Amino acid sequence: MSYYESVAIVLAINVLMGISLYIPMAAGQISLGHAGFMAIGAYVCALLASQSGVAFALALLAGGVAAALAGLTVGFPALRVRGIYLIILTMGFGEIVRIFFLNFEPTGGPSGLRGIKPLTTLSGLVIACVIAIGVAVQLRRSRVGRAMIAVHEDEGAAEAMGIHLMYVKLMSFAVGAFIAGVAGGFYAHYAMFIEPAQFGFLRSAEAFLFVVLGGFSTVLGPIVGAAFVTLLPEVLRFIQEWRMTFFGVLLVAAALWRPDGLIGPRRLKGS
Amino acid sequence: MLQQQLVNGLMLGAAYALVAIGYSLVFGVLKLVHLAHGEVFMIGAFIGLQSVLWFKVSPVVALLAAAAGSAVLGMILELVAFRPIRARGGHFLAPMVSTIGAALVIQEVATKLFGSEPIGFPQTGTVTSWQFGAVQVSSVQLFILLASVISMLALHLLVAHTRYGMAMRAVAESPGTAAILGINPNNVILLTFAVASALGGVAGVLLGLSFNSISPYIGIDMGIKGMAIMLIGGLGNIYGAMLGGLLLGAVEVLSVAYFESSYRDAFAFGLMIIIVLFRPQGLFGSSYHVEGRA
Repeated sequence: MSYYESVAIVLAINVLMGISLYIPMAAGQISLGHAGFMAIGAYVCALLASQSGVAFALALLAGGVAAALAGLTVGFPALRVRGIYLIILTMGFGEIVRIFFLNFEPTGGPSGLRGIKPLTTLSGLVIACVIAIGVAVQLRRSRVGRAMIAVHEDEGAAEAMGIHLMYVKLMSFAVGAFIAGVAGGFYAHYAMFIEPAQFGFLRSAEAFLFVVLGGFSTVLGPIVGAAFVTLLPEVLRFIQEWRMTFFGVLLVAAALWRPDGLIGPRRLKGS
Repeated sequence: MLQQQLVNGLMLGAAYALVAIGYSLVFGVLKLVHLAHGEVFMIGAFIGLQSVLWFKVSPVVALLAAAAGSAVLGMILELVAFRPIRARGGHFLAPMVSTIGAALVIQEVATKLFGSEPIGFPQTGTVTSWQFGAVQVSSVQLFILLASVISMLALHLLVAHTRYGMAMRAVAESPGTAAILGINPNNVILLTFAVASALGGVAGVLLGLSFNSISPYIGIDMGIKGMAIMLIGGLGNIYGAMLGGLLLGAVEVLSVAYFESSYRDAFAFGLMIIIVLFRPQGLFGSSYHVEGRA
């Protein structure tokens, strides 16, 4: 696999992660625990495709479904809270998933799961990205998508208009978690080795950066955000040693100059 | 056995509380989470450790140095990562991006300065232990407890009984009204960051002493735990954070004693989710923050 191909694969996985967080965020459901969904998808998919010989596409879907079920379970307590509470709650969920896999011996515990087959191909990922982007765009145009925007803008008003808050919130969480689970499956079969430490807070924060940095008023936002966050450290290889520092400084700068995201034409309501 | 575990939990919890109070103070005045606060904690631990290693100072001096250094770092973070965004009226998620960025910078600088291997405090002098009935307390534990209690007491006096504390509470209530009444909210917020970060730095030294393992990566875990404690106690409520910290310390130590120790960190988040389910405003918070602008 060439250097450019692996960069493209990582970029595509990150685009999927960005979209997976964009969908709940479009409904005002902020999550800082998306690495948890990714981990569930990665482990389930790896167990099925590499250890049990299930077809890769089916295993990817199974990983996505498992993550979506987890998304529904997180979604329920999340129904009661919003804003900062939701952020911290999802953060705790991500940590619980990581600690679970750290202690779960059948998947190798802290030493991780080895011997995963290299089944991820760029073409497969491109197809997944196109489908995910299509779903996100269509969702935006659909009745449910408009309901999501309404919930994001003003929950009380949305509910008064007859929107079923619980349905919209849980649905957005589950769809987002499904995509994150599929991304996790691709990731596992690209990295060929997964361990709980790969799905820590930093990965959740990364997905959060894709969306908030890119802007979450259109689907283009998380894609641009993912490209920015993925490609920048590659471009910055010339300052190797201080890569993360430079990247961090750029993040601060981006937040100062474009507080509504790189792609953010519409000003969002905020505090 | 149970009493001993509870005492151990109390020591740990007191230090946790100091971290959580930092989050609560910042949340109180800004209604924002400070995602780089865990790194401030980490830098505090390193300042304490390095001043003991290099200048052979006593633990108390190391603690004060850590508090001062962290306070300065906290104020820099407010000036760089929060104030400019506030001035532009950015979205409430923008400071989270800038603080994640700042956290990355602090972590990498710490890795370059101190290396990525965990280091512990040098063993100086003998650790004495006292026996109180069935409970044994070491001098290190006593130091941790005393330092935390004194810090919390000082904070309480500052917030409840001084003009600065009154200004902090006024800004937390309403920055606009406070400004009309002649309080400069920006100065108060800067002061709040200094106090919150100083407490975080103190906690860094204390937990560094307690676990005797300090690395540039301790900030993330402690940061998430501190936020969980803040949520357990109620957002923006410093007394809730104090009690939440003690509660979590006790739960963790008991979980290690009676369940599998590798799950100890999961208990913090499990407790948090249960509390959010049944009492979303936290143990001591008001319902205002849940439904309000938070």
